Amino acid sequence: MLEIKNLHVELEEEDKKILNGLNLTVEAGKVHAIMGPNGSGKSTLSYVLSGRDGYEVTDGSAELLGEDILEMEPEERAAAGLFLAFQYPVEIPGVGNMTFLRTAVNSQRKARGEEELSAADFLKEVRAKAKSLKIDADMLKRPVNVGFSGGEKKRNEILQMAMLEPKMCILDETDSGLDVDAMKLVADGVNALRDEGRSFLVITHYQRLLDHIKPDVVHILYKGQIIKTGGPELALEVENNGYADLIAAEEA
Amino acid sequence: MALPKEKQEVTDAMLSHLPEATGGNWIKTARSAAMDRLASLGLPVKRDEYWKYGDPTHWTAVEPKFTTTSEASQVFDGVEPLTLVFVDGVFDADASDALALDGAEITLLSKAAQADLHWSQSLYGVLETRANSVKPQDGGALVRPVDRPFAALNTAIAQEGVLIHVTGQVARPIRISYRSNGGQALLHHAVKVDEGASVTLLEEGLPAARYDVMIEADVADEAEFHHVRMQGHAPQVQAMTQLYARLGRESTFKSFALSVDGVATRSDAILELTGDDASAHVGGAVLGDGKDVHHDDTVFITHDAVNCESRQVFKKVLRNGATGVFQGKILVKEDAQKTDGYQISQSLLLDDDSQFLAKPELEIYADDVACSHGSTTGAMDEEGLFYLRARGVPKGYAEDLMTIAFVAEAIDEIADEALQEVVLAQVEAALAGRRG
Ligand SMILES: Nc1ncnc2c1ncn2[C@@H]1O[C@H](COP(=O)(O)OP(=O)(O)OP(=O)(O)O)[C@@H](O)[C@H]1O
Ligand SMILES: [Mg+2]
Repeated sequence: MLEIKNLHVELEEEDKKILNGLNLTVEAGKVHAIMGPNGSGKSTLSYVLSGRDGYEVTDGSAELLGEDILEMEPEERAAAGLFLAFQYPVEIPGVGNMTFLRTAVNSQRKARGEEELSAADFLKEVRAKAKSLKIDADMLKRPVNVGFSGGEKKRNEILQMAMLEPKMCILDETDSGLDVDAMKLVADGVNALRDEGRSFLVITHYQRLLDHIKPDVVHILYKGQIIKTGGPELALEVENNGYADLIAAEEA
Repeated sequence: MALPKEKQEVTDAMLSHLPEATGGNWIKTARSAAMDRLASLGLPVKRDEYWKYGDPTHWTAVEPKFTTTSEASQVFDGVEPLTLVFVDGVFDADASDALALDGAEITLLSKAAQADLHWSQSLYGVLETRANSVKPQDGGALVRPVDRPFAALNTAIAQEGVLIHVTGQVARPIRISYRSNGGQALLHHAVKVDEGASVTLLEEGLPAARYDVMIEADVADEAEFHHVRMQGHAPQVQAMTQLYARLGRESTFKSFALSVDGVATRSDAILELTGDDASAHVGGAVLGDGKDVHHDDTVFITHDAVNCESRQVFKKVLRNGATGVFQGKILVKEDAQKTDGYQISQSLLLDDDSQFLAKPELEIYADDVACSHGSTTGAMDEEGLFYLRARGVPKGYAEDLMTIAFVAEAIDEIADEALQEVVLAQVEAALAGRRG
C-alpha cells in the first residue's frame, strides 16, 4: 500500500534535517503504529506524505499503491486515496462543515472519474456517520472546526475519514485531547473502516489507543529514522519503560 | 470665500458645461440652489479630504474616458421584482414593468419635473442639502462636516431618476436594471418611506461607461429600507454611486453592494440617524483583479439620537495589483447616548502587488457609547488552504471557498436570505470566471 524508501527531508526555510533515511512499508489491510519522542519527525512524515509546503525531499521515495506521490499536488494525493487526520485540525471561518465535506467528497469522486454524490445521498450518509461518532447536527452546520473543542475537532477528522473512505489513513495523535469515551468512539470509527483494501498508520504516544485499535506492527521513530520495529508488545514496552533503553541501544 | 485656484478651474470648466435648470418651479428652484452650492463648494481635487486615495478627475473631467457597453444583467430575476430599465441613464419604458405597485407610488424624475408642485420636492436634493449645509454642532461652533460637491452636482443636473413614495409594506422588491451602450448617466433616485412602511430596492447592471447614480432615502419612524446593489462590472468604467439616507425612530436601513473590478469605482454612503432606536447597516464586498483596478468605499455615519445602532462591514479581495480603499467614519453627537457603532474593513490580498488603504475614524462627543472599529489586511490562510487541499479540494476551488468565506460576513448584512443567495451566486460566478 505505502512504501517509503530512504526518505530524507529538510526544512525549506532553514537548514534543518528532519527525516534521515526513513524506510517504511505498510501492507494493504494492515495497521501500523508509529511512536517516538516529541520532535522525532512523526508529524513531519505525515505532512510530507500529504504534500504540505515548506519541506524539501532531498532523497528517497514514497509510493502509494505503486504510484510516486511526492510529485503530486495535495489534492491529487487525496484523490489517490491518502488521508491525514491532522494532529492540529485547522479552523476555517466562514466555510460550513457540510459544504466543506460535500465539496471534498465530490472533488475526489470527480478526480477519479466517479459520479458525484447527490445532495440527498450525501446528507443521508453524513447524518448516519456523524451520529455514530456522536457529532450533532449543529456541529455539521458550523464553520469547519471553528469553536470546536479539542475532542470535537478530532472526531470531526474521523467523520471526514469515514466520508472520504480513503485507502491509506494516517492518524496523527488522533487520541490526544480525547476523553475516555470519545477515544472509544473514535477507535470504533476506525475499526469500522478496517478492511483488506485499507491501511492505517497510527501515530500516537500512548498504548491506550492501541488497546482499541490493535496494530499489526509498531515502529519507533527517533531523529528521523525508524530505530526499531516490532509487534504490539513494543508499544507496551514503551509504555512501561519509555524510550531511554531503545535510544541507548540505537546509539550504542 | 474664493476657492483655491485648482478647484476653481475644474469647477468653472464643469459649470460652463452645465445646462440651465429647466422644468417646473419646484425643480428649477432645487436645481439652481444645488448649482449655487456646487459653485461655492467647488468640485473636489486630489488634495481634499476623502479624495487623497482616489482620483476625482474621473468625474470632474468634462469628457469620459471610456465607451464601455454592457448587456442587461438581470441577476435578480429569481425574486420576481418590479423592474425599471435604464439604458445609459434613459428610461426604457418598453423594457420596464408598468409603474404600479401596491403600497408605493412610483414616478420618474423627468415626469415629476414638469409639474410646478410635486410631493418629491420635500425629498429631492433635501438630504444632499442637509449634508452640505453649515450647521451648529459640538459646542455651538459652525461647521460643515464634509463637503459633498458631487452630490450637489448630481442634484443640479441629474437627467433622470426614479421617485418612490412608499406608503405601505411593499412585498415585491423594486429593481432598477441598468444597461449601457457606452454613454454617460447621471441619475438621481429618491425614496420616501412613510411611517411603518417598508420597501426593498435592488440595482443591477452597468448604468453607463461613466456614471454617477445617487439615491436619497428618507426612512420615517418604524419604517424599513433594504437595498442591494450588484454593481455591473466591466474593467473600463468610471463608476460613482452616492447614497444619502436619514433614519427616523425605530427605523431599519440596510444597504449592501457587490462590485467586481473597474478602474475607478467610488461608492459613498452618508447616513444620519436622527430618531431614537434606529438601526443602519452598510456592507460591501469587492473583488478586484488587475493593476488598474481602484475601488473606494467611503462611509460617513452620524449618530444624532439615543440608542441607535450602526454597522459597517466591508470586505475586499484584491489581486494582481488592485487597489482597495475604505474610508469610514462614525460620528456620535453629544446627545447620541447609548450608541452602538461597529465598523470593520478587511482586505484579502492575494499577492504583494495589491494594496488596501484604510482610514477608519471615530469621532465621539457622547460619553455613554460603545463603538469599535477595526481594519485588517491579510493574505490567504495557507494552513486553511492546505487543509482543504489535503481533503481533495483542488487548489483553485479551495481558494474560492476561502474567498467566499472571507466576504460572507459582509453578505450576511443583507436581511433577506434569497437575496443573500443571489449575491453569493454572483460571487461564485465571478470567481469561477476568473479561474477560467
Ligand atoms: N516548519 C517548521 N519550522 C521549524 N521547525 C520545524 C518545522 N516543522 C518541524 N520542525 C521541527 O522538526 C522536528 C520534528 O517535528 P515534528 O512535528 O515532525 O515532530 P513530532 O514527532 O510530530 O513531535 P510531537 O510528538 O511533539 O508531535 C521538531 O524539532 C520541530 O521543531
Ligand atoms: Mg507531531
